[in-house]
Amino acid sequence: MGTKFVALATAILASLMIFAAQAAEPKHGGILKVYHRETPPSLSIHEEATFSVNAPAMGIFNNLVEYDQHKPQNSIDTIVPDLATSWAWSKDATELTFKLRQGVKWHDGVAFTSKDVKCTFDLLRGTAQDKFRKDPRKGWYAFVTDVSVKGDDEVTFHLARPQPSLLAMLASGYTPIYPCHVPAAQMRTHPIGTGPFKFVEMKQNESIKLEKNPDYWKKGLPYLDGIEYTIIKNRATAVLAFVAGKVDMTFPTEMTAALVKDIKAQDPKAVCEITPINVSTNLIVNLDSPPFNNPELRTAMALSLDRKSLIDIILQGQGDQGGSLLPPPEGVWGLPPDILKTIPGYGDVKKDREQARAIMTKLGYSADKPLKIKVATRNLATYRDPAAVLIDQFKSIYIDAELDPVESSAWFAKVARKDYQVGLNLTGNGIDDPDQAFYENYSCGSERNYTHYCNKDLEKLFDQQSAETDLAKRKKLVWEIDKKIQEDGARPILFHARTGMCWKPYVKNMTVMSNSAYNGYRYEDIWLDK
Amino acid sequence: MLGSYLIRRFFLMLLTLFGISVLVFTMLRVVPGNIADILFDAAGMIDTAEKGKLEKELGLDRPIAVQYAQWIGGLAHGDLGYSYVSEKPALDEILPRIPITAKLAGLALLFSILFGVPLGVVSAVKQNSGLDYVLRVISLSGLSMPAFWLGLLILMVFVKYFGTIPIYTDPPQGFWSSLWLYSVPAAAVGFRSSALVMRLTRSSMLEVLRQDYIRTARAKGASDSNVNYHHALRNAVLPVVTVIGIEAAFLMGGLIVTETVFNIPGVARFLVEAIRWRDYPIVQNLVMFIAVVAVSINFLVDLLYAVLDPRIKYSG
Repeated sequence: MGTKFVALATAILASLMIFAAQAAEPKHGGILKVYHRETPPSLSIHEEATFSVNAPAMGIFNNLVEYDQHKPQNSIDTIVPDLATSWAWSKDATELTFKLRQGVKWHDGVAFTSKDVKCTFDLLRGTAQDKFRKDPRKGWYAFVTDVSVKGDDEVTFHLARPQPSLLAMLASGYTPIYPCHVPAAQMRTHPIGTGPFKFVEMKQNESIKLEKNPDYWKKGLPYLDGIEYTIIKNRATAVLAFVAGKVDMTFPTEMTAALVKDIKAQDPKAVCEITPINVSTNLIVNLDSPPFNNPELRTAMALSLDRKSLIDIILQGQGDQGGSLLPPPEGVWGLPPDILKTIPGYGDVKKDREQARAIMTKLGYSADKPLKIKVATRNLATYRDPAAVLIDQFKSIYIDAELDPVESSAWFAKVARKDYQVGLNLTGNGIDDPDQAFYENYSCGSERNYTHYCNKDLEKLFDQQSAETDLAKRKKLVWEIDKKIQEDGARPILFHARTGMCWKPYVKNMTVMSNSAYNGYRYEDIWLDK
Repeated sequence: MLGSYLIRRFFLMLLTLFGISVLVFTMLRVVPGNIADILFDAAGMIDTAEKGKLEKELGLDRPIAVQYAQWIGGLAHGDLGYSYVSEKPALDEILPRIPITAKLAGLALLFSILFGVPLGVVSAVKQNSGLDYVLRVISLSGLSMPAFWLGLLILMVFVKYFGTIPIYTDPPQGFWSSLWLYSVPAAAVGFRSSALVMRLTRSSMLEVLRQDYIRTARAKGASDSNVNYHHALRNAVLPVVTVIGIEAAFLMGGLIVTETVFNIPGVARFLVEAIRWRDYPIVQNLVMFIAVVAVSINFLVDLLYAVLDPRIKYSG
């Protein structure tokens, strides 16, 4: 009896193990169905600045290097080869040379060569004859002086000075390699890449369809026959479509904590993850407009903030306090809590507000004579809601603020004209990297430095950290800069939001990036266990 | 007589359409922002030089009168221009969406007539009865329930009890597939329309039922159904036809909420999206198309009056 029992148990165990092994074996075939939150402005990644484009388009392309698609935290250590097989820095760290993969073909059958890499970066740097309609990340390559080729399989980036972050930028989902032989205009409507999926069609308000690239240079991949993005603008409908199984996956970052809870209640088997997306909600103050040109007033405003309340009210607790770079543990470069709490406005709210009121009284304001201001923001819920809470918080320091909702399309034009006093804005970081964050948002003269904050001393530190090759030394410099930026009230960070994404349990190999919402959509080894 | 009336109406229609074209064209340009603003906004950047180049490329730097003349000139030759967003011919973007909305609107209208008219008659004939009260509550509910709320409620019920939802994720294949996909949203829209038609039919019927000729018909011994449906309804239906005509025109462009909730890629949702992008060629041409439909339906309704009421004569 005992022997029979053991034999039976062994047989059952063996069957289970075989079943488990079979279940883990990737299967080919099937169409991954995902809902998309909107019609993207185009599918030319280089011309856009939203993951509405990256999510469907990243699978069409390859980069020279990419972030390991299964390591949630993007960092210099998780960069792996893509179209490049290897890379090497010159001794003085001003040249970065890539050896390129051979035998790779574009979706239209033309062979990929080093010239395509050069063309791509000439386009990005504005030195090519063909032009992008928009070039939002031109600044990323400000220190690249030239891109040279040697034969078909080697390309070198020449830099004005060392910039370790260049590799991080090249690994971003924002940096695909484009073909030389396809005009930039065509890449907006019918992109050609070397990636695991070929573009089939994009119908406004309807769908985006990708099909498997049968000649993909990674043999055996992709597993999926295709990906279909159904554009569902109404989030409530999208959630119901997911629960009903009309789509296998929600759009990245689109699920709030409350919606994730709702999905789990209706579909307990759904796999959901809530992660930071490296998008900060921040305060922009017009530094040229009196009385906001007074640093004391800006300090008082920073001291009035109760970030925890903002996070609890707006995000049901799913957010983080931090500086301009995403805070740890997900963020690589963000200010650690012990430094953060030393910055005015990040400590004891009650004490900070008392201090703020004292400043305001000194400046001549009181409960009877408050400072009347307008808080401008985009007329979208993600902007408007925190602005409303912010207005309430300002009341505690004798600031009587009024919401000025601005029609979305007029927002940047208004900011550019400096036609605002105080505003609330959202800033997304394509990569978790100090160069991108500092130069783009705080550098004198940058197109995205909306407040025109300009600190020449800090600018020197930007360059110093950017050229620093010792990671530990660089991190210290980055923290010093970030602390100074927060103390200056350059663009006070209210919070870094966390958002959710859900997929059905049969969608395998899905990894959600935890410090960027722009880099994790290659989907070449996602498979469906159906 | 009828010929001169038709000619006069035709020219009036042209005049109306011209007025609409000027209005739409001007209003679009009065609204702040254009496609260049929005494209650069989407890219999170402000580059006035590059924006200027794009405006020039799209002809947005030209005087408004010149832009209008170019549009109307193109329209006369069947050239609707290119969508600023998709960079495809506007006609190719607009045409496939028309049958989608036409099917939805047609089904919704059918629903509203099939339910609204008979129930309105019943409600009037059985005035102040229990049935009348029930029907009046239903019609009031139809008028007061927001379409957005009702649509979502229907979807939730479908998910809960049938495990699926009738939303548009792929183009339907075949008649039954189409019917399944469009009938639920059509019923959601039709519920409101039928409530309107029902209330109007009821009040119109009540007015007619009090007329002397109805009393005469009853005195002559005509049956209830003969009086109600032959004598009363025929005379009561004129204002109802007007409302149905207005509803039909409204449904071609006014289904934004239903198309959004049920994710139907029709004309109305496309129009709103095009307005958001300031995609002028799409908005202008789509509004003109809706205007042509509305004006034509209005004209047909006028002609239908003569069929329904022989006393109506048209004169030039």
